[in-house]
Amino acid sequence: MKRDWIPLLLIPLLAVAALPLVGSPSSWVTLTVAGLAMGLMVFIMASGLTLTFGLMDVLNFGHGAFIAVGAFVAASVMLALAPWVTVDSLWLNLAAIVPAVLAAMVVSGVLGLGFERVIVRPVYGQHLKQILVTTGGLIVAEQLLKVIWGPDQITLSRPTALRGAFLLGDIAVEKYRVLAVVVGLAVFAALAVTLNRTRIGLLIRAGVENGEMVEALGYRIRRLFVGVFVVGSALAGLGGAMWGLYQETVTAAIGAQVAVLVFIVIIIGGLGSVGGCFVGALLVGLTANYIGFLAPKVALGSNILLMALILLWRPQGLYPVAKR
Amino acid sequence: MAEPLLSLRGVETHIGRYHILHGVEFDVAEGGLTMLLGRNGAGKTTTLRTIMGLWRAAAGEIRFAGRDITHLATPDIARLGIAYVPESMAIFADLTVQENLVLAARSGPPDAKRLDWIFARFEALKRFWNLPAGLLSGGQKQMLAVARAIIEPRRLLLIDEPTKGLAPAIIANMIDAFRELKDGEASLLVVEQNFAFARQLGDTVAVMDDGRVAHRGDMAAFAADQALQQHLLGLGMDTHQ
Repeated sequence: MKRDWIPLLLIPLLAVAALPLVGSPSSWVTLTVAGLAMGLMVFIMASGLTLTFGLMDVLNFGHGAFIAVGAFVAASVMLALAPWVTVDSLWLNLAAIVPAVLAAMVVSGVLGLGFERVIVRPVYGQHLKQILVTTGGLIVAEQLLKVIWGPDQITLSRPTALRGAFLLGDIAVEKYRVLAVVVGLAVFAALAVTLNRTRIGLLIRAGVENGEMVEALGYRIRRLFVGVFVVGSALAGLGGAMWGLYQETVTAAIGAQVAVLVFIVIIIGGLGSVGGCFVGALLVGLTANYIGFLAPKVALGSNILLMALILLWRPQGLYPVAKR
Repeated sequence: MAEPLLSLRGVETHIGRYHILHGVEFDVAEGGLTMLLGRNGAGKTTTLRTIMGLWRAAAGEIRFAGRDITHLATPDIARLGIAYVPESMAIFADLTVQENLVLAARSGPPDAKRLDWIFARFEALKRFWNLPAGLLSGGQKQMLAVARAIIEPRRLLLIDEPTKGLAPAIIANMIDAFRELKDGEASLLVVEQNFAFARQLGDTVAVMDDGRVAHRGDMAAFAADQALQQHLLGLGMDTHQ
């Protein structure tokens, strides 16, 4: 099978190109791990969104709401389990973080189910209305978060075991970033196995290409879409919880802020492509960290520039999905 | 007289503000092969899509095996035993040939004997089993689209221009395959521009013109009436193939 390796090669090429510019190998390793961690957290949040667009052409600008809800729910659980968070015990730390993350995923997933039924379903096939109504949904969700959790930002401390860094000579790698890389790769592997090795994955891949034909084969694409929407919302919740722990603060706007990166990633990757989303997220994470170090003044615009360059090269994104 | 497997009565279809089908009426007999002919734009593809529920009939009735399917959803229509091969073929380009066929076999992994039967007619599918379908040639894609429809027994096959882009040898294989299907398990409704192909295979014919069925009857009688062919199909139809 002929595979397109060029977009994938951009990741090591970018990293290698950054090495002489950064200068110090230890700083380069730190920045690279930080970039991969950031990219993989964005990937977790973006993977569901790209599939929902691919399956049903739904532009969900409210995706940030699930990210924010995930962050708030995780913060609440961890605040409730504060003694286990601050104690110097890996197992008790895990006993706090695992239920926090699971709760974030469950609440975001359930919210996603309701969001699909109430907000998205009435506007299937109507892009302009989708943009308006899902953006409205995001605004309402942000205000509801302020009503429930208050208008002030919440401090979300990382568990003791995830503080500090691994030291390898003069190279320091933050423990939390290593965890983010591990979780991100695990999510990618799980999605890859599901999409490539299971019947449901086969249906999703076919549905992204041509939902009408999948229906003509006797499968209910809308049911599949709802399932993907819920899983995508739950993953956004997981990403939100991780992003909150990464930032160590949670605000109602956290979802909307990171959603900009999420949209850049799915556009770079090719709408509907999980593989493209993965590569795009890593490129965005690495670019943000290298440029943030080398030229902080242009860091804000670096990802927009990256998107523009990639779209000039491949207007449909890195891995365009073959659409009907 | 036995009830037809498929019957359309007074079917009207609109696409946006365009009124495409104007009271379409014809039958497909159980075990029969009906050719749906007509000039480009006559409404043949719209008729197949309306039967599949991909476009909604605004009026009229579509019955399949004695059941009104006019308002059923597409997946429910397919699950009654109707397979559809669109003119665009609609193969899944990013999926391999194998994955395309596995997906089409709803009840489980494709039956090995059935696969051998298909490979005997469409050898290229065996050769390119693990290749992404998007890399197949146009004719091979057409073979895959037809194979996907027949990977499991279905009661009715709706096929839109199956010979488009196919080499004569493959067309001969397709004629054999359709005959065997018709004699064994399925009824067929085939839209076709290749009149030589249509004449060889069809038991009955319905000729559409401007969204209506202008003629229906036996294929043999229609094939013998060149004046009627000229009147209904004009020069757009390749009657010399």
